[in-house]
Amino acid sequence: MAIEAEGLRKRYGDTEVLKGVNLSVPEGTVLGVLGPNGAGKTTTVRILATLLPPDDGRATVAGHDVVEQPKEVRRRIGLAGQYAAVDERLTGRENLTLIGRLYRLGRAGARKRAGELLERFDLTHAAHRETKTYSGGMRRRLDLAASLLAEPAVLFLDEPTTGLDLTSRMTLWSMVREQVDAGVTVLLTTQYLEEADHLADRIAVIDKGQVIADGTPDELKRKVGGERLEVSLADASDAAEALRILERISVGSAGTSDNGCTLTVPVASGIGAIAEAASALRDRGVEVTDFAMRRPSMDDVFLSLTGQAGSAEAVEEQEVTA
Amino acid sequence: MGELVDDVMALTGRHMRHIIRVPEKLIGVTIAPVVMVLIFGYLFGSAMTVPGNGNYREYIMAGIFTMVMFSAVGTSAAGVADDLKNGLVDRFRSLPMSRYAVLLGRTFSDLAMTALSCVVMAAVGLLIGWRAHHGLLKTLAGFGLLLLLGFTMCWFGALIGLVVRSPEAVNTIASLMTMPFAFLSNSFVPLDGLPRWMQVMAEWNPISAVVSGCRQLWGNPSTTVSDALPAQHPVITALLTCGVLLAVVAPLSSRAYNRAAAH
Repeated sequence: MAIEAEGLRKRYGDTEVLKGVNLSVPEGTVLGVLGPNGAGKTTTVRILATLLPPDDGRATVAGHDVVEQPKEVRRRIGLAGQYAAVDERLTGRENLTLIGRLYRLGRAGARKRAGELLERFDLTHAAHRETKTYSGGMRRRLDLAASLLAEPAVLFLDEPTTGLDLTSRMTLWSMVREQVDAGVTVLLTTQYLEEADHLADRIAVIDKGQVIADGTPDELKRKVGGERLEVSLADASDAAEALRILERISVGSAGTSDNGCTLTVPVASGIGAIAEAASALRDRGVEVTDFAMRRPSMDDVFLSLTGQAGSAEAVEEQEVTA
Repeated sequence: MGELVDDVMALTGRHMRHIIRVPEKLIGVTIAPVVMVLIFGYLFGSAMTVPGNGNYREYIMAGIFTMVMFSAVGTSAAGVADDLKNGLVDRFRSLPMSRYAVLLGRTFSDLAMTALSCVVMAAVGLLIGWRAHHGLLKTLAGFGLLLLLGFTMCWFGALIGLVVRSPEAVNTIASLMTMPFAFLSNSFVPLDGLPRWMQVMAEWNPISAVVSGCRQLWGNPSTTVSDALPAQHPVITALLTCGVLLAVVAPLSSRAYNRAAAH
């Protein structure tokens, strides 16, 4: 295991932020840590990255104990934070060269590696500019590049795309993917459900300081429920009729939305039942504008596990940790 | 040890680049002290007489030098608070670097700035009639005392920055904390007029010790009349009080740094 945590606990004053977090991440895989604000995601990352000692529990990262051998851990990890930790007054190249020297790559080694990473992260054109002139996406890329200077075995990304626009997020995702393909183990915290869905091999959902569910994205979705048939009607007055037909193949209770124009019913897999429903709707003259099988989204997973939606608004708030 | 030196050098390079990028920072360490020399030397000097008919401009130079050493508190505090705020401290702490490197890099760089101030002020001082009378070695020893005080103040500033954390508030708090030290000393006025208890505090104030030490080493007029230990042996008192302060403040700063969280 590249990352192994057992029973991590942390308390700030009267608030127990972590109540025994267990995680394990096999080498070369991505674990997405998902949770609402204040769930304990950042605290977990800070403990694993040796920035914060746990009150109780133990953790090893890249084969070394985070409390006993922090320096050995630090040699093998990269950390990219919620806000891009770069020196605004230095240029992109100077930032990377400085961090490279502090990673003990040597003066020449740091300079060479900085050049490579600027190239790979598409920052060469801005390398000579002070980073205060960089856009949000460029800063995140530089931050990620800085975390990769020493070719870490384990990479911690704490909400790496919070606040970025979609294009920048997708660029960053593909850059993270490249690292994973090269064998790097990644622990990623995020509030974006699609980010976890997109990048993570496995997902751990944290809420109120505990891991309340974990598994592959598919497993989590299955836990929440099976497939559902979604039927959109041209005319809401057909809803009652359509519902009667759909209830014959439903394995649970049906839902309506869109002023009754969209009906959703959970179905057991089986093409026969669906085909039967389709032809019954046609025979009755119900005009259907959309007819689709839908699998639960990460939003459904999140909602059913934590009782909270992973809303986009929540992203603006900073996670309270200290 | 070699690794520590490498780290400190890399970080000192970072701070030197800041100065190139923000040349306004140089104004604080060069122009401001010059203005102080001129104001104290001419404006106040015209209204004051030093006991024993000493030259007031020679008398006040040591005081102005120490005031400028003191301003290092605010500079270091603001720098550290800035790094904390923008997450750089987190990054540094996740690196396999020496745990003292960040604060040493900060304090050495700020000390280099105060040394630059000293050079500029000494030049202006010479122009307005200040002289050191006891030869090169003792003159340099006086500056050594000043830099020791400056280094101590840089560490003090780092501690304030790590504890206060807010870049906006840190400068005010740093000056509030250092103001009493600066003025409850013999920098600009003789201590004889003070009540006895204040006199004792002022005598043991490291500032007074450094000021008296410099005056002694430079052969400038001194107002020391007390037979108290610090007044009789200012150089030793200066080394002792700065040394003790440094021995307390530096480990406290390191501890605060190692526990610092970005938010």
